[in-house]
Amino acid sequence: METATEFDTIAAISTPPGEGAISIVRLSGEEAIQDTQKVFSGKNLLHVASHTINYGHIIDPQTHQEIDEVMVSVMRAPKTFTREDVVEINCHGGIVATNRILQLLLSNGTRLAEPGEFTKRAFLHGRIDLSQAEAVMDLIRAKTDRSMQVALKQLDGNLAHLIKNLRQDILSVLAQVEVNIDYPEYDDVEEMTTRLLKEKALEVKQRIQQLLETAKQGKVLREGLATAIVGRPNVGKSSLLNHLLHEDKAIVTDVAGTTRDVIEEYVNVRGVPLKLVDTAGIRETADKVEKIGVERSKKAIDQADLVMLVLNSSEPLTTEDRQLLALTAKKKRLVLLNKGDLEQKIDLEELRKLLGSNEELLTMSVLKNKGLAELETKISKLFFGGIENSQTTVMVTNTRHIALLKRAEKALDAVLKGIEDNMPVDLVQIDMTSCWDLLGEITGDSYQDELLNQLFSQFCLGK
Amino acid sequence: MEVKQYTSKDYDVIVVGAGHAGCEAALAAARMGNDTLLMTINLEMVAFMPCNPSIGGPAKGIVVREVDALGGEMGRNIDKTYVQMRMLNTGKGPAVRALRAQADKRLYSIEMKHTIEKQPHLTLRQGIVDDLIVEDGTIKGVVTNTGARYGAKTVVLTTGTAARGKIIIGELTYSSGPNNTQPAKKLSGNLEKLGFELHRFKTGTPPRVDGNTIDYTDTEEQPGDTQPNHFSFESSDEDFLSVKEQLSCWLTYTNETTHKLIRENLDRAPMFSGIVKGVGPRYCPSIEDKIVRFADKPRHQLFIEPEGRNTDEYYLQGLSTSMPEEIQQKLIHSIKGLEHAQMMRPGYAIEYDIVAPYQLRPTLETKLIKGLYTAGQTNGTSGYEEAAGQGILAGINAGLKALGKNQVILKRSDAYIGVMVDDLVTKGTNEPYRLLTSRAEYRLILRHDNADLRLTALGHQLGLISEERFAAFNRKKEAIEDEMKRLKEVRIKPNEQVNAFLATKGAAPLKDGVLASEFLRRPEVSYADLLRFIPAPEAPLKQREIEQIEIQFKYDGYIKKAYRKVEKLKKMEAKRIPELIDYTAIEGLATEARQKLQKIQPETLAQASRISGVNPADISILAIYIEQGKIAKLKKKGA
Repeated sequence: METATEFDTIAAISTPPGEGAISIVRLSGEEAIQDTQKVFSGKNLLHVASHTINYGHIIDPQTHQEIDEVMVSVMRAPKTFTREDVVEINCHGGIVATNRILQLLLSNGTRLAEPGEFTKRAFLHGRIDLSQAEAVMDLIRAKTDRSMQVALKQLDGNLAHLIKNLRQDILSVLAQVEVNIDYPEYDDVEEMTTRLLKEKALEVKQRIQQLLETAKQGKVLREGLATAIVGRPNVGKSSLLNHLLHEDKAIVTDVAGTTRDVIEEYVNVRGVPLKLVDTAGIRETADKVEKIGVERSKKAIDQADLVMLVLNSSEPLTTEDRQLLALTAKKKRLVLLNKGDLEQKIDLEELRKLLGSNEELLTMSVLKNKGLAELETKISKLFFGGIENSQTTVMVTNTRHIALLKRAEKALDAVLKGIEDNMPVDLVQIDMTSCWDLLGEITGDSYQDELLNQLFSQFCLGK
Repeated sequence: MEVKQYTSKDYDVIVVGAGHAGCEAALAAARMGNDTLLMTINLEMVAFMPCNPSIGGPAKGIVVREVDALGGEMGRNIDKTYVQMRMLNTGKGPAVRALRAQADKRLYSIEMKHTIEKQPHLTLRQGIVDDLIVEDGTIKGVVTNTGARYGAKTVVLTTGTAARGKIIIGELTYSSGPNNTQPAKKLSGNLEKLGFELHRFKTGTPPRVDGNTIDYTDTEEQPGDTQPNHFSFESSDEDFLSVKEQLSCWLTYTNETTHKLIRENLDRAPMFSGIVKGVGPRYCPSIEDKIVRFADKPRHQLFIEPEGRNTDEYYLQGLSTSMPEEIQQKLIHSIKGLEHAQMMRPGYAIEYDIVAPYQLRPTLETKLIKGLYTAGQTNGTSGYEEAAGQGILAGINAGLKALGKNQVILKRSDAYIGVMVDDLVTKGTNEPYRLLTSRAEYRLILRHDNADLRLTALGHQLGLISEERFAAFNRKKEAIEDEMKRLKEVRIKPNEQVNAFLATKGAAPLKDGVLASEFLRRPEVSYADLLRFIPAPEAPLKQREIEQIEIQFKYDGYIKKAYRKVEKLKKMEAKRIPELIDYTAIEGLATEARQKLQKIQPETLAQASRISGVNPADISILAIYIEQGKIAKLKKKGA
C-alpha cells in the first residue's frame, strides 16, 4: 500500500471552484509543512513560527519552473481546524495555477483529501461536535454506497484496460524476481537479472510517459473544456446540469458550515472533460426562481469554449431566447430543444433562420431521459473534431490519476537509479513493487495475494 | 469401561504437544519462571521432523534467527546437530540471504529432548490430552486419556497433524498421527463442542530410500559451505564443520517415464480419486499434483537428502506422494540414480484438523476462551520454523498471562513472526500457510543478520536471554554504533593511492574529499578497502559487526524508505478498537466489510485496514464510531 491510509497528509483546494481573486490550497497532517517545503521557495517553512504567513513562490522541484507567487500560512498543531499541522497556500494565479499547485503536491506524495476529510479529522481530534460530524458521516456513507464500482466507472475503460495490462506485465517480472529469492534452487526459471529488470522498467516508463503526455494535450484537456449551460429560467438547465453531474461525478460536496473539499466542478463526458462555468448561477435560479440576468449569462458565455443553449420546445421563442441565440452565434454551441416530450409550440422555421447553415438542433427531454445519449455523442464529436473517440484514444484527465502516474514514473526512476548504482535485484524490485501498487490505486486493484497467485500459477514450485 | 478421573498436579502453564511449536512454547514459559508441563503423545517424538530433514531457507531461516534472538531453542539445537550448512541467495541483497541446514533428524530430536529435561520448572510427560477444563469462558486445565486432571492458569495447544490425523497411501487409509504415531482422536470433538470452527488440511511426505542402493554417478553433488555460518547468535565460528565433515545432498530429475506412470495411475491417486478431502498447499505440491498442473514440464528436480549420520535412510525431496505403494516403487525406479533404490518407507498424505485462525488474537490467545493459546500446524501453518516462531510467541504470552503481565504482540515491521501471525489472524488461510519473503512488505528491515538488533532486547526483558548474552549483544551494538559515528566524521582526501584503487575497480576517481561513510556507500568499496585509507578503529571489529555497518550504509536509502512506511502506519497501529463490537449496528459500512469485520474483530485500525474487502471509507466510518464511543457490543457467547 503506497497511499490511502487513514492518517496521511492530505491536500485539497478549499475555496469554491471558479475564478476568484484568491484560491487556497489547504494541507493537513504530520507532513503538511514538510510537503509544502518541497515545492516552496522562500523562507524555510520548517523553521517559521506557528500561525505566520510567509511570502514566496511555488516551484516545480523537477523543472525548477515557477508556478505562482503565493502567501503561505503555517499553523502548527494543535491550535488548528483539524488539530494537525495545517498549511494554507494562498495562490493568485487563478484556477489554472491553483490546480497545478495541487497537482504538484500530489505528485510529491501528499494524498488528495476525500470529501469531508478535513472535517472528519477535526472531529476525530475532538475539535467539532457530533452534529457536524454526522453530516460528514453522511458524506462518507454516500461514497461507500456507490462503492468501488463507481470509482471504476469514472475511470475511462480504455485507461483501465491499459493500466491493467501494464500491471500484469510488471507482475510477471515481480513473480520472476520472487521465485529466484524464495526458490533459489529452482532451475527452470530465467534468473531475473537487473538487465532484464531495466528493460522492463524502461518499457513501462515509456508507456506511462505516453499516458502523461495525453494529460498535457493542450489547455482544454488539462483544464477541461469551459462549458456554459445557458437559457432563460425554467427551460431545464438545472436538470441537465444535474444529469451531467449525476452520471459521471457527484462533486457537490460542500456541507453547510464545513469546508468545501471539492476541487473542481468538472464532468467527464465520453472522455471529454467539461469544466462547467457558473453552475452556481444555474442553481441559484433553480432555487429561488430568480430571473437570470442576461448580463450574467453574457459573462458565462464569454468564459466558455462551448455553450449549451437550452430552449423550451413547449413554448414559443421569447425575446430572451433570441438575445441568447445572438450572443452565442459566434461560439461553438449546441442548441438543445428540451421538453420534447410535451406538445411542441416553438416555431421551428423561425428558429432555423436564427441558426447557422450547418447547425443542427437537438430535440430532447432531460426529464424523460431522451436525447441525452445523442447529446453526449455530439459533445464527443465536437471535441475530437468529428473523429469518434476510438478504442485507442486514452486520455488521462483526473487529478488523482495524473498524480499517481507521476509517482509511478518516479518509482521507475528509482528502479533505474538502483540499477545504475549496482544495487541487488531484490532491492531494485522494491521500487518496481511501488510502481505496481501505485498503478493499482488507479484501477482500485489492491488484492494482496495477487503476487503469490501469480507465483504459483507461473511456476511449479515445492519440495 | 469409562476411565476414572483423578486430580493431578496444578501447573502455571500446560503445553499440549512437543513438536517444534510445543518445545519453544514450553521452554519459553518455563524460562520465564512458570511451573510448566509439556505433554506429548510419544516421548520418542519430541521435536521430531516427520518430513524433510532440513531447517531454514528463504524467510524460514530468518524466523529461526528471530526465535534465537528472542531466546528460543531452534537455532542452538540445529547448530548442534546439522550435517550440512548452506547460505542461499548469496548473489542477492542482504534482506533475502537465507541460511539452510540439513539436520541429523534423530540427533535433533534427542538433543531437544535433553534440553527440555534439563530445564528447571519444566516437566516433560507422555500422555494424550482428550479434553480441556473450561469455566466461565476461561481455561482451567486439561484432562488426559489416563484420567489425570491437571490444573493450569494457561494452556497452549500445539497438536500438529495429530489432531484427528488420518494417513492415506493409495487406497489405504487409517487413523494415525505423523510417522505412524497415535493420533489425538478426542480433543478435536471437544474443541468443536466449545464452539471452535475447525478446518481440515492435508500435507504429505515423500518415500525414503536406502542410500546403499543409490547410484550417484549421474547425479549432481551439492556439498555444504566452507564459509562458517550459524543460526544462533550464540554459536561460534570455531565450531563450524569443514566441508569434509559435512554431508552432501544430490540432485537428480524425474523424466517422461515417471510422468507417464503417474498419468496412467491417476485413478488410484487419492488426491484425485476423492479420498483426500483436506486442502493441500500449493507451494508444496505432491508429484502427482505437479504433473497434472504443469503438464508441459518435461522434468522436475529431485534432491536426495541424508536423514542423519547414523543412518543410510535418504529423503527424496520433490517426490511427495500418496500414490499406492506399488506405484511409488515404480516411480522411484524410473528415476536416474534410483533405478535399483530400495524403498524403506512409502510416502503418504496426512489429513488433520486445524483451528481456523481468525478465531485468534495477535497474541495467539483464542478469542473464545481466555488463557487458551494455539500455535503451529494447529493454526493452519506448515513448516517446522513457522511452528517454532508461533510456539515461542504463544509460550511467551501464555507465560506472561500466568504471571499476570501484559501481552506481547509482534508487528509486521518487527519480525517475520509478526507478518505470519498478522496474516493468519487477519486474512486466515485456505491452505497450509508457508512463509515467503514476498509476504513481508518490510523485508529489507526484517533481515536475518539484524534479528538480534530487532528482538534481543525484548527477549532479555522477558527473561529469555541470559545476562552474559545480553552484555555481548550490547557490546556488539555499541561497536557498530561507534564505528558508524566515526565513519561519518572521518574524511578521505582524493590522493593518488585512493584514485589508483578506484581505477582498479573501474570506478570514477575522487575529485573532492568525502566522508568515509559516503565512500563506503559506493558499491565497489568494502569496509576492508576503506581501512586502507583511514586509520583503523581502536578495537578491531568482528566480521558480523562489519557486515552490519556495510549493510546500513550501502542500503541506507532503501532502508530509510522502508522505515518511513512503517512510521506512516504507526498511528493506525496505535488506534485500538474496543473488544467485541457489534458491526451490524454500525450504519454505513459496506456489506462485505461489515461481515468480515464482524468475523475477524480486528484489534487495531491498521489490522482492520488490512482485511481484504474493507475499504478506506469503511475505516473512516469505523474511526468516527470509535471516537464517538457509541459502539454496540456483542453479547458474549455461552456466558
